Amino acid sequence: MKQLPAMIQPGSCTDALSHESDRLASHGAILTNSRWMTALGILGFTTIVVSLVCLHFGAQPIAYSEILRVLFDAVSHKDGTDETSDIARTILLQVRLPRILLGFLVGCSLASVGVALQALLRNPLADPYVLGVSSGAALGAAVGVLFGAGTTFLADTALPACGFAGGLLALVVIYRMAATYGQLPIHSLLLTGVILNAIFSALIMFITSILEPNRSYGMMAWLMGTLTAPTYSSLVGLVIYLVIGLCLLFSQMRVLNILALGEESARTLGVDTERSKRFLFVLTALVTGAVVSVSGMIGFIGMVVPHAVRLVLGADHRLLLPASALVGGTFLMSADTVARTLIAPTEIPVGIITALAGGPFFVYLLLWRKDRLA
Amino acid sequence: MSGKSQSRTAETMSREPMCALTGRHAYDVQSVQFRYQSNESHAASWILDNLSFHVQECEVLGIVGPNGSGKTSLLKVLARLMIPQQGRIDLFGRDVASMRQREIARIVGVVQQDTQQLFPFTVAETVLMGRFPHRPRDRWAGGFGWESREDVAIAEQAMMTMDIVHLTHRVVTGLSGGERQRTVIARALAQTPKVLLLDEPTAFLDLEHQIEISSVLRRLRDERGLTVVLVSHDLNLVSQYCDRILLLDHGRVVRLGPPKEVIEPEVLEFVYRCRVLVDPHPGSGLPRVTLPGRPVSSKT
Repeated sequence: MKQLPAMIQPGSCTDALSHESDRLASHGAILTNSRWMTALGILGFTTIVVSLVCLHFGAQPIAYSEILRVLFDAVSHKDGTDETSDIARTILLQVRLPRILLGFLVGCSLASVGVALQALLRNPLADPYVLGVSSGAALGAAVGVLFGAGTTFLADTALPACGFAGGLLALVVIYRMAATYGQLPIHSLLLTGVILNAIFSALIMFITSILEPNRSYGMMAWLMGTLTAPTYSSLVGLVIYLVIGLCLLFSQMRVLNILALGEESARTLGVDTERSKRFLFVLTALVTGAVVSVSGMIGFIGMVVPHAVRLVLGADHRLLLPASALVGGTFLMSADTVARTLIAPTEIPVGIITALAGGPFFVYLLLWRKDRLA
Repeated sequence: MSGKSQSRTAETMSREPMCALTGRHAYDVQSVQFRYQSNESHAASWILDNLSFHVQECEVLGIVGPNGSGKTSLLKVLARLMIPQQGRIDLFGRDVASMRQREIARIVGVVQQDTQQLFPFTVAETVLMGRFPHRPRDRWAGGFGWESREDVAIAEQAMMTMDIVHLTHRVVTGLSGGERQRTVIARALAQTPKVLLLDEPTAFLDLEHQIEISSVLRRLRDERGLTVVLVSHDLNLVSQYCDRILLLDHGRVVRLGPPKEVIEPEVLEFVYRCRVLVDPHPGSGLPRVTLPGRPVSSKT
């Protein structure tokens, strides 16, 4: 008969035990510090390289040596030395850099929110756009614009707050659905999204139609998802929200691991599921609301990126969440570079590019990888 | 038994005996009434109806009963996954209603019936999650918090106990039902619990692993003083491996006692409304339940 291995008492870690833990760690069966550092190091490096490439491309390419010099000068607070570098400097620092930063922040946030929603709803297709959280946030921001929140001196922080409120409204409905079913099965998830999207779009269209023509045109462009040249002050407003939201989200990575096992299992492992879920839902609404109020509805990043990252790096949220954030940011930066250079000087809304990349992937998952959707 | 296992037994004996029936109660269940919220309008539909019993420390208690008798609900109430409307449940003398979920998780491991997984965690990662309730609370900073070597060693030991070391690197979504079941039991063992609650632990398992898990549970009781409460449909398994059996019907205790007192033909016929044969097991002498079977024509 098989024997039980010797009992290990907590607090009695010996040398004999440590080789066992090394054995588990060395084969990549569990996430270790070194694997975490390696993966994120490589992704971080890629992000920096890609952002330089994105700075290079534009209506007029700027040489990489020039980019590095301007960036170095900006960091060390030196003024430009000659005429040509002055023009390049303005283009880089006032046009391309803020836009690339915005793209990175938005992509980063949407991918992180996607990871959180997928674990919370136990559904690998969950995504703020598909679920209708983005359109809820868009409605909130549109209402804000209608009542003039965009023109107050608090504009840069007031619109994200409106978006937060709208996103929260959508998530309350989703939360009720999930609470009724225990998890959100794929069909009711999609159905919830379709219904919420329909209602919110109708209301947004209504608001658009009663605005003056020039403001309504701006709103339409924003709704399609755009990263058009933000000012640094609007970036700061966004960053305040995102830093709070994402830091809190990142503090919940281990809880997300446990929640991904299912609600009852999570409770038997000591997670106060109701509290954790409420907390996480509010955070996802906060981040989505802030992002949407600035960049409009950019879809599918929250679904495609975590899915791809999970395939390569595994399901542990301690790696999945930061890695998805980096990949999402890099992906949106690149997509936006394509959007502004493909038929330059005309810009394509970046939401179109991400939807064209993500939509087919979504169909592929639904048609051929049903096994992944449970 | 092999010589190696005998020396192990000797070693176990020489250690402080883990399991002595202390007379302490792991669980004290006092007049518990439970029903699901949506049924509140129907006065008669208590799932658990004025239930009182205790679980002794260091025993294997089997809960049996027909479908819908409240077995799974009882297990969930014990795990505080559901809160009874009336009555009180004490866990080692403390009212579970006053305990935090995390405190309970350090004492009670739960293996649920549905072990379906959605996300591709590896087996090792899944088992290691059993250490979660023992990790320091890391509300703000420690989203990363790596497991200590001790945690990993405990998880590895749980995997050895459940014979899933060879699956370490496999992804849980790709396991068979039995492998998944053993993974989840290993995760519960990694919690280093004092009490293990299992809902149909052998449902997905083949004969070999049914026997193996049942005897592992008994050995855990013997060597580590684990209290085991398991819900099962398999009367024979429960009769062979449990110290006491709790027979439930309509949320009430019909019988509670050693197998010989509970597995009796009249009692089973009354509860299950069908005739069965009960005779002593040729090996253990414990009661054995046989279905009456169909009459076979003597010509063939």
